[in-house]
Amino acid sequence: MITFDRVSKRYAEGHEALSEVSVEISQNELVFLTGHSGAGKSTLLRLIMLIERPSRGQVIVDGQNLARIGNRGIPAHRRNIGVVFQNHQLLFDRSVYHNVALPLVIAGYDQREVGRRVRAALDKVGLLARERALPITLSGGEQQRVGIARAVVARPRILLADEPTGNLDPALSAEIMQLFEAFNQVGVTVLIASHDLALISRLHHRILTLRDGRLVSNRA
Amino acid sequence: MSALDHKSRREGASTSRARLRHRFNGWLTHHRLSAAESLARVLDNPVSSLLTWLVIGIALALPAALDVALDNARKLSDKWDSPAQLSLFLAATASADEARELHRELQERPDIAAVVFVSREEALQEFSLLSGFADVLDSLDNNPLPDLLLVTPAPEAGPVAALHRELSADPRVAEAVLDMAWLERLNTLMELSRRMVLALGGVLVAGVVLILGNTIRLAIESRREEIVVVKLVGGSNGFVRRPFLYTGLWYGVGGGFFAALLVAAALWFLGEPVARLAELYQSSFELGGLGIMGSLNLVVLGGLLGLAGAWLAVSRHLGRIAPR
Repeated sequence: MITFDRVSKRYAEGHEALSEVSVEISQNELVFLTGHSGAGKSTLLRLIMLIERPSRGQVIVDGQNLARIGNRGIPAHRRNIGVVFQNHQLLFDRSVYHNVALPLVIAGYDQREVGRRVRAALDKVGLLARERALPITLSGGEQQRVGIARAVVARPRILLADEPTGNLDPALSAEIMQLFEAFNQVGVTVLIASHDLALISRLHHRILTLRDGRLVSNRA
Repeated sequence: MSALDHKSRREGASTSRARLRHRFNGWLTHHRLSAAESLARVLDNPVSSLLTWLVIGIALALPAALDVALDNARKLSDKWDSPAQLSLFLAATASADEARELHRELQERPDIAAVVFVSREEALQEFSLLSGFADVLDSLDNNPLPDLLLVTPAPEAGPVAALHRELSADPRVAEAVLDMAWLERLNTLMELSRRMVLALGGVLVAGVVLILGNTIRLAIESRREEIVVVKLVGGSNGFVRRPFLYTGLWYGVGGGFFAALLVAAALWFLGEPVARLAELYQSSFELGGLGIMGSLNLVVLGGLLGLAGAWLAVSRHLGRIAPR
């Protein structure tokens, strides 16, 4: 589903964030990506989302070589990927409902369909009762679950998460991870960047470890 | 088989035509949403929006008002502009027969539309009636007035000046008077004014576009976070652009509306003294305004300028806002 073929990323200022990374993530897999901060976890995710382009090598997502996607094709590419951010990236001037609805509005769904899907997504993350709330009134864990609902509402085949439990206590973190596992079980390919080794090693999924931009470990 | 797979398969089976209609409806819905949401945002800040509208309104009202003033001036001068007339004062030595002969000659010329013969007797009568000097004139022992031919050149004929020269040379004509110079000066002055209004209008229109561009730039800056998020979850440039274009449209339309209002207010303010002045000159002149179509045009022009300004800002600043 996601293939990295000898991918390197060097930033303009000369820092090499990824060096010769090759990895294959198959469909329906849940994979953790770990490493100390600055090891290249975020860069790897950003390459998948086309926020960055690799300096060398190829990234193939869902059968499509990302090098072939021009700048105009980036929005359509991103609509096929759900992303969960560490800082949630919610819009604080609108309700939970409208935050979750955003990807569907962008994709041009009619309002009835939007309502149906938003409520289904909020139901899955256990926040159906809070659809009218403003994100600012929610706890950190709830905000993250809104972020997850937004990431899955358009039913993407790939779900990326960048430190989704970074600001949460262990109990909440475990809950969030269970949510990701649930989505994985219905066929979504999930890639989670996390430095919480204690948590992710308990979960028995493949773990990719990056160190200084190199893939040093790839174990199940 | 999961529910998700089942769903996606069903979607895959739907015809591409239905999908196209669905996309079009979605696009239309977003236009409607963007328009309504931008209008709500504009109305949410009534004071700053009102100031923007007034700035644009004043900038548009100035050239519009000058244009209306010019239109009125043209309407006035058109009354004088109608084919210039030549007054032929016949020589005192010319007999009545000669005068009638000249009259007939001129009537037959193709470059002359009409000739009116005013005999010296008629002229005297008219003069004594109008001037109130009847007693004085009666006491004169001979009529001091010459015969007069009023010549109206045909509109399609060449320059009146040539005719003027030719008729002046006729020995039966003492003097041919063609008072065209002031009319030409007036017309030149009008043309000059028209161009000045045009230039001023152009400058002010450019100003309006820049003002709106700047307003939209600030709106973009204040919603930077939102733009980043929308781009992260797959919003296209068109999607991001739309609300800002509508914001520009609303500012422009509001500005055009205020401009029309200002022009109407100015005309109302001037209407009474102008009517009185016209009355004093025994003229039926009435001050013309923008009219409904003119006002509508001003609003549409405002809207177009708003769109142009927003487009300027959006094309310069939106591209630079990208997820980091």
